[in-house]
Amino acid sequence: MKPTKNNLNIYSLTFRLPIIIWQLLFFVGPVLFMVAMSFFLVKNYRMTEAFEFINWTKMFSKNYFWDSYWFTIIIAGTSTLLTMLIAFPASFTLAFKVSDNIRRWAIFMLIIPFFTSYLVRTFSWYVILAEKGVINAFFSYLDLGPFKMLNTHIGTLVGYMTLTLPLVIILQTVTMANIDRNLIEAAYNLGCKPKSIIQRVIIPLSKTGFIIAAVFCFILSFGDFVAPFYLGGSQEPTLPILILDTTKSGQQWPRAAVVAIVMMITLFSIAFIGIMTAYSKSFKK
Amino acid sequence: MTKEKYLNFILITYLIFIFVFIFTPIAFSVIFSFNSQRFPTIPLGNFSLEWYIKIFNDPGVWQAAINSVIVSLVTCILATFLGFCTAYSDYRYRFKFKGLYLALVLLPPTIPLIILALAMLAWLSKIGMSGQLWSIICAHSVLTAPFAMAIIRLRLNQIDPDLESAAWNLGGSEWATMRYVILPYCKPAIISSLCLTAAVSFDEFAISWFVSGLNKTVPVIILEIVQGNIDPQVNAIGTFVFFTSMTLVITAQIFFLTWQMKGKNK
Repeated sequence: MKPTKNNLNIYSLTFRLPIIIWQLLFFVGPVLFMVAMSFFLVKNYRMTEAFEFINWTKMFSKNYFWDSYWFTIIIAGTSTLLTMLIAFPASFTLAFKVSDNIRRWAIFMLIIPFFTSYLVRTFSWYVILAEKGVINAFFSYLDLGPFKMLNTHIGTLVGYMTLTLPLVIILQTVTMANIDRNLIEAAYNLGCKPKSIIQRVIIPLSKTGFIIAAVFCFILSFGDFVAPFYLGGSQEPTLPILILDTTKSGQQWPRAAVVAIVMMITLFSIAFIGIMTAYSKSFKK
Repeated sequence: MTKEKYLNFILITYLIFIFVFIFTPIAFSVIFSFNSQRFPTIPLGNFSLEWYIKIFNDPGVWQAAINSVIVSLVTCILATFLGFCTAYSDYRYRFKFKGLYLALVLLPPTIPLIILALAMLAWLSKIGMSGQLWSIICAHSVLTAPFAMAIIRLRLNQIDPDLESAAWNLGGSEWATMRYVILPYCKPAIISSLCLTAAVSFDEFAISWFVSGLNKTVPVIILEIVQGNIDPQVNAIGTFVFFTSMTLVITAQIFFLTWQMKGKNK
């Protein structure tokens, strides 16, 4: 049975309407209200509804906003690049060097951390990376260190990877495992060296999946406040930390809304560009 | 050949190293929860249940645990219901603006939680619903419904396309077909979805923290303890949290894999 054409009756609407109502109430409503809120005024710690551009001009004229903006983009971008590179050999191994059964088990294992408390895992890293933590205690046996890892970019990056690495490996593995093996064998039989098989066969064929993995990785790192706050030390606040500070301590919800909207626009542009490039070349063939 | 074996060995070692990286924080959280030191490091201190006793005697933690259970239970039922309805609509009907309809459902998880949290906080205070358990439940159901929808949609893909029309031809009404054919068929996916959405809701902290007010859930308690000092209580709570969500995720996966295999054998 093919999907039936639009016929509006009680039965079909019973299934179609709940989510529309729910998302309008608790998703579209909040997001639109946040956009409206960015034009509200705050007087004597109370928010009054208005239509003024003062929050936008105030935020855009502040240096710390732009510093934080570029810092967030750079560190999330670095994290995306590193995560993709670190994940690749692992995904490659899972896709080509192990049996189907082991691959299934590995993916099974990799899904688990994605759905278990990121917060507790971050705290665990805090203890492991600390000045007197596990890693430095280990180094002291070798008469090395102590190395400062907490409150540095390394801390932030480790935190981001805790969040993104399992997902990126899953997406890369699934993409590469779906490549037609005959193509790789053909390249091999035609005398292609392993290195150029990776460069000229595997990577071009998995472009779409890789870009999607990178986009997800960027979105997750860009929007995360836990890693830069607890592991990165928050001296250089990222945009999520800026939202947090502005909302929690300053009572400046409208300005936090400005930051949030800028973040959303940035993410949508990056996701859009990513998806366009991911699907672009496949038309040319 | 030996060169390739050598390379394979390196790759497998690398893979194991990556898995160690991923599971290290989980392992250490569990180990440190039984460790007597105030600032846990190696060499380990003595085995101790101190932190567990401490959290068991803390009424705040109990209250948070009860709140978390309520929130994730209601969320998982609500999200699975919403996800099922949406998946079925997508499977069964073609209609105008279907792309928009699906985007509306699938978009929330791609928006950073901190932004959703701010938007929810502002909106729920506006409509006078903030600071209650219900506020968290509404937000979580929006966040988790896409996961439910995706899982159930995959199951509906496997359904024999003639099954539904066969039931109608035999005189079953649409409602009866739903009740006796579609729902039983989707049961494993529904169970998977209940577990997975419960797990997501159980671990979510950003939105909960923003909108919960005084009704804290477990992740919010953890966040507040962590903000203060290093306190191994977090490891004890964390161990509970891990085992709860891992049980849920693994159950979800077992149901998912079981029907995936059955689908392939057909």
